[in-house]
Amino acid sequence: MNTSARTPLRELKMVDIVKRFPGVLANDGVNFDVRAGEVHALLGENGAGKSTLMRQLYGLYKPDSGQIIIDGQPRVFQSPADAIHAGVGMIHQHFMLVSSLTVAENVALGLASTRGPRLDLDRVAERIRGLAERYGLKVDPSAVVWQLSVGEQQRVEILKALYRGASLLVLDEPTAVLTPQEAQELFVTLRQMADDGHALIFISHKLHEVLALSHRVTVLRDGRLVGTYPTAEMTRADLARLMVGREVLLQYDRPPAQPGETRLQIDGLWAIGDRGVDAVRDFSLTVRAGEVVGLAGVSGNGQRELAEVLTGLRQPSRGKVTLNGRDVTHASPAERIAAGQCAIPEERMRTGVIKDFSVLENAILCDHSHRPFSRNTVLNFGEIAAHTRRLIADYAVKTPTAETPIKNLSGGNIQKLILARELCRKPTVIIAAQPTRGVDIGASEYIHHRLLEQRAAGTATLLISEDLDEIRALSDRIAVIFEGRLMGVVDAATATAESLGLMMAGTRQTE
Amino acid sequence: MSELFTLPVLLGILYSGIRLATPYLYAAIGETFAQRSGVYNLGVEGIMLMGAYTAFYVASISGDLWLGLGAAAGVGAMLGLLMAFVSVTLRAEQGISGIGLHLFGLGLSTLLFKTTLGGVTSISGFQPVRIPFLADIPLLGDALFNHNLLVYVAFLLVPVANWVINDTTLGLKIRAVGQNPAAADSLGVSVGKIRYLTVTVGGVFAGIAGASLSIALINLFQENMTNGQGFIAVALVYFGGWRPWGVLGGAMLFSLVNALQLWIQVAGIELESDIAVMLPYLLTIVALAVAVRRAQQPAALSKPFERGEA
Repeated sequence: MNTSARTPLRELKMVDIVKRFPGVLANDGVNFDVRAGEVHALLGENGAGKSTLMRQLYGLYKPDSGQIIIDGQPRVFQSPADAIHAGVGMIHQHFMLVSSLTVAENVALGLASTRGPRLDLDRVAERIRGLAERYGLKVDPSAVVWQLSVGEQQRVEILKALYRGASLLVLDEPTAVLTPQEAQELFVTLRQMADDGHALIFISHKLHEVLALSHRVTVLRDGRLVGTYPTAEMTRADLARLMVGREVLLQYDRPPAQPGETRLQIDGLWAIGDRGVDAVRDFSLTVRAGEVVGLAGVSGNGQRELAEVLTGLRQPSRGKVTLNGRDVTHASPAERIAAGQCAIPEERMRTGVIKDFSVLENAILCDHSHRPFSRNTVLNFGEIAAHTRRLIADYAVKTPTAETPIKNLSGGNIQKLILARELCRKPTVIIAAQPTRGVDIGASEYIHHRLLEQRAAGTATLLISEDLDEIRALSDRIAVIFEGRLMGVVDAATATAESLGLMMAGTRQTE
Repeated sequence: MSELFTLPVLLGILYSGIRLATPYLYAAIGETFAQRSGVYNLGVEGIMLMGAYTAFYVASISGDLWLGLGAAAGVGAMLGLLMAFVSVTLRAEQGISGIGLHLFGLGLSTLLFKTTLGGVTSISGFQPVRIPFLADIPLLGDALFNHNLLVYVAFLLVPVANWVINDTTLGLKIRAVGQNPAAADSLGVSVGKIRYLTVTVGGVFAGIAGASLSIALINLFQENMTNGQGFIAVALVYFGGWRPWGVLGGAMLFSLVNALQLWIQVAGIELESDIAVMLPYLLTIVALAVAVRRAQQPAALSKPFERGEA
């Protein structure tokens, strides 16, 4: 089977697409089209229906009604195999790679071999090199995927689609995991592909990327089409307004920081990661009262392990952590909480909440064992309910009732509840890991305001984020981590995206 | 002790070890396929019992050993399909449904045995086939090359399974489905089909494993005659790191220790027989605790797949 010999598609239309899930109208009569040679951006907040729409295009869901038309022919995709056969390729946000297999094996998976039942990985590798050459997608076909950087893994995903002769590529938030420089390299590749006659759909909520890369942009909101516009006629503010449905502040007004005494001090910290190798290496940083220190870095460079050490979930192998003057290097999570630290965990569904518990139960996860929430081990549900109602009201958490299982809430509302639970203890130190990942702009804005309120109140905040825009909007100082090492700390006011990007790619700060 | 470690005795232990390893190899290689695709079939023991009974019954009434073997393979396939239906289509908890399958096989084989045969009888099973020239090798020839056909096939299965898993497009699909079914699905690989295939093949091999006991090695059937061998086979898959050659190593180690303890008993050496019988099992537990490298475990093992779940 020679997959690349197929006629490339010229135009794909999705007409009046309706898709319902229990309790949610995810796509409500959406129209969308893309042509060969263009980059068409699909813009919308989390939950706006972008991914649902694209999953139907890729055969993962079937539309309840509406049509997919390729070059004038209506098509029905029962499964991804049908979509692939029609020339559609998808680069998922969470990579669809088998990490224990090599690059060539991942590319060859599911395809017929030129040697019948036997694998022909040498020939596959040869073709991969050809494609990689043409589109600037450098990667070693014999490397095992888990050893590759995130940027390289993304290249493998693109190669997988190209190898299958995809003429339409859907990229789901492809820059979320890249450094600014890697994102620029990706854009060069994508432009080259569009010039070669590929049709590209670029899903994003990063406005500057949409403006920099796309020819047209379609905005979705709450499952409905807002409109399709030529990108050249739009500004950042226009797009933000269309996406959110109201005017959005893209920057925060912050009074200058007035840092006080040192609250959190990390000295020469080492920690071993899940793979048994050092994930945090000789890392030192201080966070003072009344300041936000941002820790920037590309995903997987030791941020997660550092956050786990700081919250007592992982034991450091060397070094020292001091919290409000106390040595907490080997302290348990409970001891750290008692010492005035709170944490907003990176994976909220795994370590932030118990997803099958109600909002109410999640609201007292840390404090259930003392008064007023319980007395002699018996829970006082009157007090707990009253407390939860206060949190829900104070933090504008949208939930049907306090008894609703928390997994039924949107990501933004779950995050607001976690924030409410943690901040109501009046912490002196906050460890916030990816506090707005997967959260819509409205809720992000709200969470950012709350964190800045804490800063004004004199709390010391360590903000760990892979979103450079977030880091720059909130931080007073920015630290950069690469392969577990501190690359430098710069003043947020003078840091440029270029200098941060270089540090994120492993260049030490030069001063 | 001296009378135990003479050359003829050691060769005898090797000969018995190879024989004893046969059912483990069939069952564990079959289970390796299932587990590499992400399905944990704890019901191997039940399928082995049904295979042992079916082979014995069909062979004794028809007088045709091959027909008995085929029937055991067929029953194994059907029970494998049942396990696949429960764990892939119905997405049941695999450990629990495996225990159910074991009890089902144990009960049904006992019931059928009592109603059709009644008491213990024996048959003349597959006879040893001396391989010319190879069996004439001094010392080792007889221990290695004077076995019945099912023994040879069991050992040939190891390189074949290794080749299928590592060097074929089918094997690539099996490995991918067991590691990251969502990724395989997104490339148009049918996770369900692959898992049905591997679990059914695993069932066929488990059925043959049972047949190898009742019509090739022991040549009789009795209630619960597998006596935990199916569970040991599942443990051998872990021990072997989900690789056929590793499974072979585990099966041989276990069987040689088993053969050794049988010789100890035969030789009348002062060792409580219950303790001797425990030896191979103790060894299994120790070896499992020491040898299993979790990193090699298929990441999606025992997790049902549902499209669209993140």
